[in-house]
Amino acid sequence: MSASDTQTRTPYRLAGATGDWEIVMGLEVHAQVASNAKLFSGAATAYGSDPNTNVSLVDAAMPGMLPVINRKCVEQAVKTGLGLKAEINKYSRFDRKNYFYPDLPQGYQISQFAHPIVGEGEIEVDVEPAHGGEAYSITVGIERLHLEQDAGKSIHDMSPTETYVDLNRSGVALMEIVSKPHIRSPLEAAAYVRKLRSIVVALGTCDGDMEKGNLRADVNVSVCRPGDYEKFRETGDFSHLGTRCEIKNMNSFRFIQQAAEYEAMRQIEIIEGGGEVDQETRLFDADKGETRSMRSKEDAHDYRYFPDPDLLPLEFDQAFIDEIKANLPELPDEKRARFMADYSLKAYDAGVLSADAEKADFFEAVAEGRDPKLAANWVSQELFGYLNKEGLELADSPVSADQLGGLIDLISDQTISGKIAKQVFAKMIEGGGDPAEIVEREGLKQVTDTGAIEKVVDEIMAANPEQVEQVQAQKAEGHAKPKALGWFVGQVMRASGGKANPQAVNEILKQKLGL
Amino acid sequence: MSVTKDDVKKVARLSRIAVDDSRLEGLAGELNGILNWIEQLNEVDIDGVEPMTSVVEASLPMREDKVTDGDKVDDVLANAPKSEDGFFIVPRSVE
Amino acid sequence: MSDLTQLTLASALDGLENKTFSSRELTEAFIAAVEAANPQLNAYVVQTPEKALEMADASDERRAGGKAGKLDGAPLGIKDLYCTRGVRTTACSAILGEFTPTYESTVTQNLWDEGAVMLGKLNMDEFAMGSSNETSAFGSVANPWRRNDGANATLTPGGSSGGSAAAVAADLCLGATASDTGGSIRQPAAFTGTVGIKPTYGRASRYGMVAFASSLDQAGPIAKSVEDAAILLEVMCSHDKKDSTSLPVDTPDWRADVSKPIGGMKIGIPKEYRIDGMPEEIEALWQQGIEWLKAEGAEIIDVSLPHTKYALPAYYIVAPAEASSNLARYDGMRYGARVSGDDLTDTYQSTRADGFGAEVQRRLMIGTYVLSSGYYDAYYLRAQKVRTKILQDFQTVFSDVDALLTPATPSAAFAYGERSDDPVAMYLNDVFTVTANLAGLPGISVPAALDGQGLPLGLQVIGKALDEAACFRVGAAIERAAGFTAKPGRWW
Ligand SMILES: [Mg+2]
Ligand SMILES: [Zn+2]
Repeated sequence: MSASDTQTRTPYRLAGATGDWEIVMGLEVHAQVASNAKLFSGAATAYGSDPNTNVSLVDAAMPGMLPVINRKCVEQAVKTGLGLKAEINKYSRFDRKNYFYPDLPQGYQISQFAHPIVGEGEIEVDVEPAHGGEAYSITVGIERLHLEQDAGKSIHDMSPTETYVDLNRSGVALMEIVSKPHIRSPLEAAAYVRKLRSIVVALGTCDGDMEKGNLRADVNVSVCRPGDYEKFRETGDFSHLGTRCEIKNMNSFRFIQQAAEYEAMRQIEIIEGGGEVDQETRLFDADKGETRSMRSKEDAHDYRYFPDPDLLPLEFDQAFIDEIKANLPELPDEKRARFMADYSLKAYDAGVLSADAEKADFFEAVAEGRDPKLAANWVSQELFGYLNKEGLELADSPVSADQLGGLIDLISDQTISGKIAKQVFAKMIEGGGDPAEIVEREGLKQVTDTGAIEKVVDEIMAANPEQVEQVQAQKAEGHAKPKALGWFVGQVMRASGGKANPQAVNEILKQKLGL
Repeated sequence: MSVTKDDVKKVARLSRIAVDDSRLEGLAGELNGILNWIEQLNEVDIDGVEPMTSVVEASLPMREDKVTDGDKVDDVLANAPKSEDGFFIVPRSVE
Repeated sequence: MSDLTQLTLASALDGLENKTFSSRELTEAFIAAVEAANPQLNAYVVQTPEKALEMADASDERRAGGKAGKLDGAPLGIKDLYCTRGVRTTACSAILGEFTPTYESTVTQNLWDEGAVMLGKLNMDEFAMGSSNETSAFGSVANPWRRNDGANATLTPGGSSGGSAAAVAADLCLGATASDTGGSIRQPAAFTGTVGIKPTYGRASRYGMVAFASSLDQAGPIAKSVEDAAILLEVMCSHDKKDSTSLPVDTPDWRADVSKPIGGMKIGIPKEYRIDGMPEEIEALWQQGIEWLKAEGAEIIDVSLPHTKYALPAYYIVAPAEASSNLARYDGMRYGARVSGDDLTDTYQSTRADGFGAEVQRRLMIGTYVLSSGYYDAYYLRAQKVRTKILQDFQTVFSDVDALLTPATPSAAFAYGERSDDPVAMYLNDVFTVTANLAGLPGISVPAALDGQGLPLGLQVIGKALDEAACFRVGAAIERAAGFTAKPGRWW
């Protein structure tokens, strides 16, 4: 599905004093590689350890220490590249990016500058406007993915005059995934990161834990006039776009959106005020909801990239790639296609259920051997709706897949009606446990005993002769399904406390009313 | 290409080496002496020549993904000018 | 017992094996010699007599138990570039302060695993940047050799492994570790009448060696004879999984090559090594070397390495560039001498201005400059392309010859102060040795004669990649033919 972005999306426009503006964004996402040990040392990547305990002498850059690459990290990068449908470079190389900072022990970061391990790719992103508007799909080009080392952590709040440095993170492998400037609104930026996250999580190449900073985004924002972006796409000439600023290190979807919105407006005000946007790195201050410049002007950076002479070029053959390809798990897009085909789900439902491996697995467990539409409805509408409302993760769900499946079974075998099922579900959320037990305990079992239903029907017909007449009149006018029949169904259901089997009620009513 | 005092200043700053203004002139002279001598490389025809990345004809060896190191905070901090509670302590790196 | 310190490593190992003397006796003799000589020569920057005696006693016990290693009981000196657990290691730079590693370099570990005894750490140019040992934070080293002019000027032992060369020449150890980035083993060996070999890049592990220029640095020994050099190099080299550039190859039995004849070997004589202003004595010695090898049955072939003259300028881009990055870790944050300033940047700048000497600062700035934005292509990239040309030159001639014979240095040892004011003149010391580093090839320097001033001169043999054997064979042939047995007169 390669929906052409410009056709289906309504352009995101910002009104300035001098006319409308559009926004152009490219993202650099840093995703921590899921691995036991660091990229170039045998120290653990574990989170939350005591300071400097997951540090080898290599990570601390002791004199004479040398890097040796972790094969798993290379495989994870290739795997991610395959997941992004990207070109895998059989020859890549590590470069040093030189700068001084206390949490950068070597005085350089080992990264890949000139020859990244993964080249161009693309991903499909579904965008669902928050305040109405139609959902649409865009294709975002991936520029590259490269491997690099994470830095350590500087802690500034333990002393007013000094900084405390913990190198536990120093040397942990990161994948930097760079998109092309194909993102056209703050919402799209967040949707892109969401999709990217779902891909790496599905692949098992990154745990996607944004709170721990294991996935964070640098957002490049520029603004231009309507029409300029199209010129850029036609010619590849960046001069059609405005000067960009990079907002560093955001680890929440909300921040990404807020920062991009703020930054675009800031740039528009500068330009409209007759000024020029400085190309610079900025930081998002979540408390103030604004971005600010990160570095003092005098400290111009010149990273002096050059190939790391401690490492040889990273080379592998097609067999290495094929092996990884053969063991690739199902990707969110493939899953969605399968959900649409196997469970006859609509694109949207299939998308929601396949976006996250955990949710997809949950759905499949519920749907197994059951009516898929019913399962999809109960999982995405009822359960996810509830979790969303309460701000809960699926892992915290009070209802297991087995229990939800059991509830659906009760509907399917007509033990309860859909309406009663909602009551049962509410009890399950309260910790009621097994749905069959709840039905039993609360006496919610559907009444299918026709004798009992007939008795109720007779009573209601007797008490409401004028309604009976109305049915007869409507029948005479040629209505196959007289409206007044619905009234009787409602009455009977109410009288039975909702427990009467609606089908049986219908049939008995029809028969007694001569329909 | 000739190195100016400003270039020396910039390079010293990038190298994080304090250089007194009084030394800039002398250093510029020294660097120019070396760079001028190096200029003879321009005589070499390097068209179509690949830059050397490694004299070793071997492929990059890879480690298994096993935790084999770490848990040596005492060694890590053994030579630290200042440390406390397992942290390195350095001059404040933000204002 | 006569002076044990004058023995070669090979004969000392025989004496130990035959129980003619113990390692303790041998070690005590060296400790005494070092104590007596060091105030004058300044070859050692750290002496470890207690550790040495402990190691010697342990060795004697192993020998008694019949479990001796290849170097068991042999007292050696270690260049201060090698990290040694529990023994201060500073690469003779003030910036490392009292840095005491909690780990051991692979090369020295290999030596200890074979029973060697450590006498201490040897002086060197700061971070191995220098050709005269003048840049050491611990002061320069005196060459045990003096000119025969009676003036008694103090001469340089060369550099950067000046302490290693002086210690071996003055019998202050049986052999020493050294390292060679542009000639730092071979030039000091030539200046001191000792043998020095730099193996093929990747033969010896760089793990735990303080890095100068990663793509050029190689470990190697300085020794009293070609055979001693073979014994030491064999132990120093190994495939090391902790160094990604370490070659996965076995270390051959080089000691056996020392006695192999060279009849039939093809020896190339590169015409470009005949440089302007080279002293006649060196030219004459080179010619003499050719005659010696011919006499031993080698075939002499004139060859051309057209890019030779560009090696040194290319080196002075590549080495400082790598150094500017390798030495960034010396920032006073995690180890070493911190000089506190007003703020972080000031601390960095003060630490590095006080900690690094003038030559190191100069090279760091050159390296930073050639990598900086706008200059990378003109300098660094071009130099790496020239390096490819230099390697191709060697590959071409090595399809015709087995080894190359060249002078080791363009001059004999010079007196302190004679060259130091012009950096480029100093750099020219390495003109014959630096090509092997750029191409990763093995090269040995063997003392071959004394010049008119009574100073040793060396010849160099460059071999194909991984063919140290040819260096040892041809080097030993020169050693036999030259019959070089001169020793410096003892003035210390
Ligand atoms: Mg970035
Ligand atoms: Zn990055």
